[in-house]
Amino acid sequence: MSKTLLEMRGITKTFPGVKALDNVNLKVREGEIHALVGENGAGKSTLMKVLSGVYPAGSYEGEIHFDGEVRRFSTISDSEHLGIIIIHQELALVPLLSIAENIFLGNEVATNGIIDWKLAFRRTQELLNKVGLREPPGTLITDIGVGKQQLVEIAKALSKKVRLLILDEPTASLNEKDSDALLKLLVEFRAQGMTSIIISHKLNEIKKVADQITILRDGGTVETLDCHHEDISEDRIIKGMVGREMEDRYPAREPKIGETLLEVKNWNVFHQHHRDRQFLHNISFNVRAGEVVGIAGLMGAGRTETAMSIFGKSWGHKITGEVAMRGKPVDVSTIPKAIDAGLAYVTEDRKHLGLVLIDNIMHNTTLANLKGVSKAAVIDNHQETKVASGYRSRLRIRSHSIYQEAVNLSGGNQQKVVLSKWLFTDPQVLILDEPTRGIDVGAKFEIYTIINQLAAEGKGILMISSEMPELLGTCDRIYVMNEGRIVAELSKAEASQESIMRAIMRSGEKH
Amino acid sequence: MSTDTATKTTQPSVGEYLKKNIREYGLLVALVVIMIFFQVITNGVLFRPVNITNLVLQNSFIVIMALGMLLIIVAGHIDLSVGSIVAFIGAISAIMLVKWGVPAIIVVPACILVGALMGAAQGYWVAYQKIPSFIVTLAGMLVFRGMTYVVLGGRPVGPFPKDFQILSTGFVPDFLSITDPATSLIKNYFALVVVILLVGYAIYAGLRERSQNALHETENEPFAFFAGQMVIISAVAVFLGFQLSTYRGLPNVLVIMGLLIVLYTFVTTRTTIGRRIYAMGGNEKAAKLSGINTERLTFYTFVNMGALAALAGMIIAARLNSATPKAGVGFELDVIAACFIGGASASGGVGKITGAVIGAFIMGVMNNGMSIMGIGIDYQQLIKGLVLLAAVFFDVYNKNKG
Repeated sequence: MSKTLLEMRGITKTFPGVKALDNVNLKVREGEIHALVGENGAGKSTLMKVLSGVYPAGSYEGEIHFDGEVRRFSTISDSEHLGIIIIHQELALVPLLSIAENIFLGNEVATNGIIDWKLAFRRTQELLNKVGLREPPGTLITDIGVGKQQLVEIAKALSKKVRLLILDEPTASLNEKDSDALLKLLVEFRAQGMTSIIISHKLNEIKKVADQITILRDGGTVETLDCHHEDISEDRIIKGMVGREMEDRYPAREPKIGETLLEVKNWNVFHQHHRDRQFLHNISFNVRAGEVVGIAGLMGAGRTETAMSIFGKSWGHKITGEVAMRGKPVDVSTIPKAIDAGLAYVTEDRKHLGLVLIDNIMHNTTLANLKGVSKAAVIDNHQETKVASGYRSRLRIRSHSIYQEAVNLSGGNQQKVVLSKWLFTDPQVLILDEPTRGIDVGAKFEIYTIINQLAAEGKGILMISSEMPELLGTCDRIYVMNEGRIVAELSKAEASQESIMRAIMRSGEKH
Repeated sequence: MSTDTATKTTQPSVGEYLKKNIREYGLLVALVVIMIFFQVITNGVLFRPVNITNLVLQNSFIVIMALGMLLIIVAGHIDLSVGSIVAFIGAISAIMLVKWGVPAIIVVPACILVGALMGAAQGYWVAYQKIPSFIVTLAGMLVFRGMTYVVLGGRPVGPFPKDFQILSTGFVPDFLSITDPATSLIKNYFALVVVILLVGYAIYAGLRERSQNALHETENEPFAFFAGQMVIISAVAVFLGFQLSTYRGLPNVLVIMGLLIVLYTFVTTRTTIGRRIYAMGGNEKAAKLSGINTERLTFYTFVNMGALAALAGMIIAARLNSATPKAGVGFELDVIAACFIGGASASGGVGKITGAVIGAFIMGVMNNGMSIMGIGIDYQQLIKGLVLLAAVFFDVYNKNKG
């Protein structure tokens, strides 16, 4: 058995109100490929940020041993200096610079500030040979595909003396062929003695290359599986990932389900930026009155994009398909039309897309329905005060007054302001995109209670969430999405974390 | 925090209110201090009736353009072309009036329409083609200036007919000839009466709104601030009204400017379109996702700016009594500076009409006061630049501290 290269012991990291990591242990042997798996929010990225020094020593508890010594990184460059290199999910390349310029960005081959381009290009060529990328070093990043960009990132990592290569979801945006090539490259590096950590949701890929698998759940280490000692099945991994007990975190509700409110048929959407790439394929679903319908899926499955493309075509282009409300086709081609049709979309990104942070609670509450507080385009201040105060007490928004700026509210209260805004438009169907992201447990319970009240009033709720327990705890029916398609529809009885994960994994392997 | 605080709407305390609104009160105090300073240092010349009239005439067009510029800045944009629009509108009004003999009653609305079209031409690129407004209006600034030279053939055109000149040099006649103007101190009673009536109405309306607000539990500013402001504004207004009435009364431009200030204050504070502009400037994506047609709104703020710049262009041309190709050079900077001194934020979403107006008058009083003192244009620019920087620093400092 080879020696241990990295050992993270008892890592605990708390953010205000949240324990993101709780006594996490990770042991990586030299020369292996170590997989790190877990649901969204299990703490994988936080753990890697602790390791790389994004969260400096002192901001967490526990010890990091690397190469036999205790290390305290206070910046990223400290960890890079030792050869710990992270390639993030969102690539950090400058699109309008060349491959060579990107590889040596911040680390230029220069004497006295003057770059030796000849040498830089020659070294780039050597690195590109190593990763098997056949592109001239002068090619601009924007001119090559995502798969090749990923290889450039790896070449960039190799340009520094790398001991431990960490890849965060390296194949998430790659197609089958590029993914295979990348995995093969990792295996090749292993043969040359390099150690790597791979974070991935694609369990079939992990099974192919990993020597050990560490499973994280809710900020803690569940177990580390050795792939050479036993044959690890995907179901075995999934069980580890989701194996928590359902707690009483969700208020009970007796569903009274009525007629179909929203019906979407054959919804096809092309990517907003990569305009010739179809992103959503034949999405069809419905939401009935009094029903809470969930959409489960991994990041990038197309859930938010589905919601936004329906809500006034605010995402994507070349959108085709039918949308009907109460059986009648409706026009949702612009946001005002979608609002008139009875739709409301509560965004996952409340700070950037949901609130005018510098404005107060009252103004944010009435923003989507100014007509409701005005006559002939003149706002009735008293009416507006009444409306805002009403929602403030109904949703229990904790603030000094309705004149408090949104920026000064806690996440949960901000979310309630966004909800107020959309409730005031009196929608028939509310689309809630990650409604409890980044808010504390108490506020979550309140949001679930509000969801239940709305359902009881006969509204249809479509809930997108990456937290599976949340979907299972609140939804009457769950659609599962993967890679731009709906791959399963599960009734409350059929739905479980295992069945959802299985639906995602199986569909992923088919392609 | 208990649940009580979640349901009770509390009125802000005096301290809180001051902290939140220090910028506005500070600005008003600054204007008064600057006025008193120059009044003293110029041995009373600043507030002589003739000079007050001049002050109004010299600054009216800056104030009028600042109204439109504030909306542009709040929307998150900038318009560098207004100086050139001023020149071009002056030029075509001169051509129409002087060379073609078109009556003023047609020329004025026609020019405002042309100004609106010039704004629209720029607004289209900013709103629908998403080209940064800085670039679009920089291009507009050059294009419109060039067009002015072409139209005028490089030479000034004038003088204007009398009925056009009164736009800027005329006064509201005295409808109440109580005493013989030749012997009495007060030469235009109408001006004084109007000012006193307006002040009276403002106080009455302010008090009525406060009681309404109290009834509906809407936010009220603390009474001390309301009273303080009312006393300062009333005193200054009555004093200026008295001074004006001892000269020739209310300048026409003052009336136009006053009406526009009231209109734009109302639009920005009480109407849905005003609210939408602030929301768009504060967070364009959130505004768009709330169903606001941000493109159209942006487009119209530029149309509005063009129309106001056209009005300003005619006032300037009428005042100078000739249209010159160099008219309005650098005005865009004074207008933009007025907005920023008035507390508008360069990143959008923040700013008030009253702030921009006071900002314009701070600049105006300083210009005028320094000219009376005989300070050269070189030092004037230097001092104005430092005042702008200081005002914005005050904003930033407050924000970081708060």
